[in-house]
Amino acid sequence: MLSNYLPILIFLIIGLLMGVVMLALGFILSPRRPDAEKQSPYECGFEAFEDARMQFDVRYYLVAILFIIFDLEIAFLFPWGVVLDQIGWAGFWAMMVFLGLLTVGFVYEWKKGALEWE
Amino acid sequence: MLEMIRQMLNATVGQIVPAAWQAQTVEVMLIVMQITIILTPLMLCVAYMVYAERKVIGSIQGRIGPNRVGAFGYRLAGLGQPIADALKLILKEIIIPTGSNKFLFVIAPILSMAPAVAAWAVIPFAADTVLADINAGLLYVLALTSLAVYGVIIAGWASNSKYAFLGAMRSAAQIVAYEIAMGFALVGVVVAAGSLNLGQIINAQSGSLLHWYWLPLLPFFVVYFISGVAETNRAPFDVAEGESEIVAGFHVEYSGMAFSLFFLAEYANIILISVLSAVLFLGGWLSPFEGVLPKSAFTLPVIGSVLGGGIHWLLLKTSLFIFVFLWLRATFPRYRYDQIMRLGWKVFIPITLVWLVVIATLAKLQITPWFN
Repeated sequence: MLSNYLPILIFLIIGLLMGVVMLALGFILSPRRPDAEKQSPYECGFEAFEDARMQFDVRYYLVAILFIIFDLEIAFLFPWGVVLDQIGWAGFWAMMVFLGLLTVGFVYEWKKGALEWE
Repeated sequence: MLEMIRQMLNATVGQIVPAAWQAQTVEVMLIVMQITIILTPLMLCVAYMVYAERKVIGSIQGRIGPNRVGAFGYRLAGLGQPIADALKLILKEIIIPTGSNKFLFVIAPILSMAPAVAAWAVIPFAADTVLADINAGLLYVLALTSLAVYGVIIAGWASNSKYAFLGAMRSAAQIVAYEIAMGFALVGVVVAAGSLNLGQIINAQSGSLLHWYWLPLLPFFVVYFISGVAETNRAPFDVAEGESEIVAGFHVEYSGMAFSLFFLAEYANIILISVLSAVLFLGGWLSPFEGVLPKSAFTLPVIGSVLGGGIHWLLLKTSLFIFVFLWLRATFPRYRYDQIMRLGWKVFIPITLVWLVVIATLAKLQITPWFN
């Protein structure tokens, strides 16, 4: 059973190797003539004003948190979907209640304006 | 065929490797060979998809597209263009900016390339033709397509450039927003098929053209494909690149081969999304003539194998989706960022939530012909 996963492991390794080899080829075959101007970060021709890792909008953070909640929900739904025909109506309604609770949360964050980007 | 190669390998490997390791060595070598058979055409497709894109968009805009670069003095309608591009990119200097985090800067393109390629391990190309026939195939695909966001955000962070940082933030928020809708659409497929194995999902769609999941799962089909376009940061969802405002977004500081890895990963992802749409919603390698023509038609010598299910149908359906990707890019103007987020959170998630309940009820009541 687990032996079915061996090709996946090898495929992942080959996928990584492909990236490494192509990048290495690029480094080997290309010239390297660095100078201060070329290596400065791109900022429309001016000297960069400050460090680029600046403050960013808190809404990005909010989106990340909401994503975790919903992604967890999907992680619950996957096994439920596979065995739906074996768990009877009790299993069906249990998940409907769970989805209902999450919908209440979703409506709340919608009304609170957490999904607004204007 | 496979057995023949296995025996030939056994004979040669037996002389080099100790007997205790022989079986494992042969097994690994066979897998590597199969992976090569998958990856070589894939990489060629990626290269020529760039050519196809320029030709298609050229035609849509009434231009000719690339038609100069050929080989051996012939123009060949510009077919040499992708190879010339690859050679040019590999010979260009890879610039590593001074303020950047060098390790993360180099590792980011690799991280975006590897998952786009590795997801192909579980794609069924024809009946019983799949490299890794695992039960959690769909879960694996979902996991790997989710990994793509790491390459983007690491690249944007490591570059230490404002444009790259802004592009990465936008891209990450957009990808995670659409991933939820995408996940719900996949749950719909799982509920309908009762399995996570991609081969079994295709088999569950057999019957006829109307049995394919595009019909019962139509909202999921539309949401999945549009989310796929958004996940790959393609036009009209390409605010992460946004040439006219943040120049190129997260890969603005990349050049040469490091840039081309991002480029290849993007096109490999497009092909992956297309093949997944074909597998999940258009019946993969199933023939559209199934259930239309009488059964005897499929036993005819040559015509039967063309009309019957096979890899050619999967390739055809995949090409259709790839063309839609290019068509979308040539047709639609770029969305504003707030419009993108509104579509993802306020349209797609409610639609998928409602339709998931509908589908689960239909599956539970075993409504024929789709759920039985």
